Amino acid sequence: MTDKGDPSANGNRFEELKRVAIRFAGDSGDGMQLAGTQFTNTSAVFGNDVATLPDFPAEIRAPAGTIPGVSGFQISFSSYEIFTPGDQIDALIAMNPAALMANIADLREGGILIVNTDEFTQQNFTKAKLESDPLDDPRFNNYRLYKVPITTHTVKAVEEVGLGAKDSQRCKNFYALGLVYWMYDRPLDTTLKWIQQKFGNRPALVDANERALRAGFNFGDTAEIFPLRFRVQPAQLPPGKYRNLTGNQALAMGLVTAARLAEKSLFYGSYPITPASDVLHELARYKNFDVRTFQAEDEIAAVCSAIGASFAGAIGITGSSGPGIALKQEAIGLAVITELPLVVVDVQRAGPSTGMPTKTEQSDLFQAMLGRNGESPVPVVAARSAADCFETAIEAVRMALQYMTPIFILSDGYIANGTEPWRVIRSADLHPIDIRHATDPATFQPYERDERGVRPWALPGTEGLQHRIGGLEKSDLTGNVSYDPDNHQHMTDMRAAKVANIANELGDETVFGDDHGELLVVSWGGTYGAVRTAVDEARQAGKPVSHLHLRWLVPMKRNVEQILRSFERVLVCELNMGQLRQIIRGQFAIDAQGYNKVKGKPFMVSELAKVFDEVLEGVQV
Amino acid sequence: MTVSLPLKAKDYKSDQEVRWCPGCGDYSILAQIQKVMAEIQATRHNTVFVSGIGCSSRFPYYMNTYGFHSIHGRAPAIATGVKCANPELDVWVVTGDGDGFSIGGNHMIHLLRRNVNLKILLFNNRIYGLTKGQYSPTSPVGKKTKSSPYGSLDAPVSPISIAIGTEASFVARCVDVDVRYQQHILKRAADHRGSAFVEIYQDCNVYNHKAFDYATDRQTKDDHVLYLEHGKPMIFGKERNKGIRLNGITPEVVELGAGVSPDDLIIHDERSAEPTLAYLLSRMRYPEFPEPMGVYRAIERPTYEQQLLDQVASVTEKLGPGDLDEMFNAGDTWDVE
Repeated sequence: MTDKGDPSANGNRFEELKRVAIRFAGDSGDGMQLAGTQFTNTSAVFGNDVATLPDFPAEIRAPAGTIPGVSGFQISFSSYEIFTPGDQIDALIAMNPAALMANIADLREGGILIVNTDEFTQQNFTKAKLESDPLDDPRFNNYRLYKVPITTHTVKAVEEVGLGAKDSQRCKNFYALGLVYWMYDRPLDTTLKWIQQKFGNRPALVDANERALRAGFNFGDTAEIFPLRFRVQPAQLPPGKYRNLTGNQALAMGLVTAARLAEKSLFYGSYPITPASDVLHELARYKNFDVRTFQAEDEIAAVCSAIGASFAGAIGITGSSGPGIALKQEAIGLAVITELPLVVVDVQRAGPSTGMPTKTEQSDLFQAMLGRNGESPVPVVAARSAADCFETAIEAVRMALQYMTPIFILSDGYIANGTEPWRVIRSADLHPIDIRHATDPATFQPYERDERGVRPWALPGTEGLQHRIGGLEKSDLTGNVSYDPDNHQHMTDMRAAKVANIANELGDETVFGDDHGELLVVSWGGTYGAVRTAVDEARQAGKPVSHLHLRWLVPMKRNVEQILRSFERVLVCELNMGQLRQIIRGQFAIDAQGYNKVKGKPFMVSELAKVFDEVLEGVQV
Repeated sequence: MTVSLPLKAKDYKSDQEVRWCPGCGDYSILAQIQKVMAEIQATRHNTVFVSGIGCSSRFPYYMNTYGFHSIHGRAPAIATGVKCANPELDVWVVTGDGDGFSIGGNHMIHLLRRNVNLKILLFNNRIYGLTKGQYSPTSPVGKKTKSSPYGSLDAPVSPISIAIGTEASFVARCVDVDVRYQQHILKRAADHRGSAFVEIYQDCNVYNHKAFDYATDRQTKDDHVLYLEHGKPMIFGKERNKGIRLNGITPEVVELGAGVSPDDLIIHDERSAEPTLAYLLSRMRYPEFPEPMGVYRAIERPTYEQQLLDQVASVTEKLGPGDLDEMFNAGDTWDVE
């Protein structure tokens, strides 16, 4: 027998599907993130395209069994290229009543619902604020409901290993995973390998988790309660080697790669904050790339240490989320006036203030562009997906170093924690990042600009180039303190011109679909997947819709205005209350409409499709 | 560029006009630093002065070294980044009582506990000078200023107590006008490996003139100041006839003679691993006690940036130098034909 199981063993029928979305949901201690990650990796290695959406509870250990304690992980896997984890789910695995109630709204009618009946007790109903067993409600007849005593089965399966009751029960996520593997005809080897690696030095745990996984799989095979199994063929992705990355992993890898391309030490000053901490965690592992991570005492020290590191010749990087960025802004202004390279990563979350730390939003665009005192231009780029964080990071580091400027990378909680297959590249295919340091005392002037408006980078330690910089206005050329009125105007103009000049290197934006016509949908950042999918589907239905997605928000590429003016209507879709729309209206005096949402959740393709139709019918949104 | 050695104090002056108020204590400190730089023959291009905001923070502009006049309170954080990026640089932080212990108090604490190898000069004038005369975190209770016309309510901080509380590896104090002693202390700081914190009593002759009169007036200062000497009993006074004795865990001023000998006095130990004695000294304040000048504490501790580099080196040795392609190919991968 192979680990794939024998499809003919009990005569199950297979149904071929192009795309499936499933969600594991349970208590935060039930290992749902792990089960989801394993399913994702297995599907990716199998060759499907995958997209994921983890949903963590806000509390670290909310009371077990309650709705605030529910943790979920959604995976969409497909035989064609996909950009989102799916609007609705086809299958829900609910490990307790709270998980069922918190997630059932997203399960499509007729979807598969697997519940762990061991946890469906009066005590747990009460914890989930239910009076009685919710499954008694006739509305559950609308789903294909499978009641499985997952905990009992798991404990029985691992009995011989001789673990305690608690450790035995803990294997139940692998049992559930095994069952779902069977249902979707997934091979077990990726997870078996992982178990071996993870618990290798504790043979009892290897044995127990393996047994639980196989028991779940075999239950599906032999129980004769599941009439159907499903197959999703590998996707036709561009050829190459792939791996699955979260946005934060891709971002960290991009930063490391860029530092190596620039032959610079990478200094990362950061203070822990959701959902940006993983960038710090990832970078801290890469010490052998001369990555110097510094967990600062606060957000301000984090950015200031990065500025100091850049002054001394490293690439200084700081990362945070909205509230932390607010604290850093004065220092980012210092990097603007001292014209030092600095990369600021903002993994956005729902605000204002502490807001909803684990929920996604795109509401820091204004903060990145405009959140400092004075005339303080800073370039802003936004990653569009988990894998895209890699390339965005390299581009941001390149521009920060070559233009001697702070730069923002906007990510968000959705792409930071979500995963996407990343096509492995070869380092030899990457372009080095050229940096010029001042070395000649005879000609050196701290604020003498080159043809792009960039001042020289003179590193402390270079003989004869001693100079002083700081937050006071600088005299042109010499960099000495100056209160001269004309000089301040001139330096303000120069700083703005330098940032604007970056556009000379960016080329043109391209439109997805027709380059002129009735409706242009504009998006930026992590909404790319949903918007692109919605536009693609609308176009396939023959609707006159095109899509412009911006990575560069400051400066925008040269042809953005011309593209915007080529359409009768412009609709800007954002997970904020209309920030890019206001910028477009302000910069180009174009009457852009907006579709905006701040619910802590990504766009659904279906809601966008509806809005496109409305706008095409002439409704003002 | 040719440099004639040895460098003199004037070689450490920048071409910028010094713009503190005439009579400001900062002039003296600038002059002593430049003398000490010449004495230790500091390499100008390897030296970086970092400051925050305030009168004292103009300091970097006047030094012919690298300099960074940053933002209010943040010099310790910026300097930490400088040192982490290039530990070969000699870094000096110049700060004031408002910059270093009000808006930047947090950074100061963490800089000192980490023991980043740099020097911190705290110009303490017990007033906000640049903003024209408000009470500072070191101003005494009841201080009448523009922002406290009926007297300040805030209990002051003792910068030295805080520095010792962080277990800083070097803590010292001196006075702006006592130039030779100041040079001695600055040189001790320069020689220290680790965070060297020096509080300098500095006269703001415009907004808080003579705040430290008791410690500078030639007639009275010997009775109000105790010069700390490692391994020596704590004796002070014009006639060298007074000392500090421990009564339980409380220090007391005693007259020598009449049954009290130097052997009864506290012997200063700047190298004590525990900061208890240093802390106790930091609590001695005028007028109840003479205020200790000199080195409170000077111990050896690993420096932050050295440990950071050591960690990078040891991980590199263990894993091998980072290889991009290895990083790209790590984890579960699959091939699409």
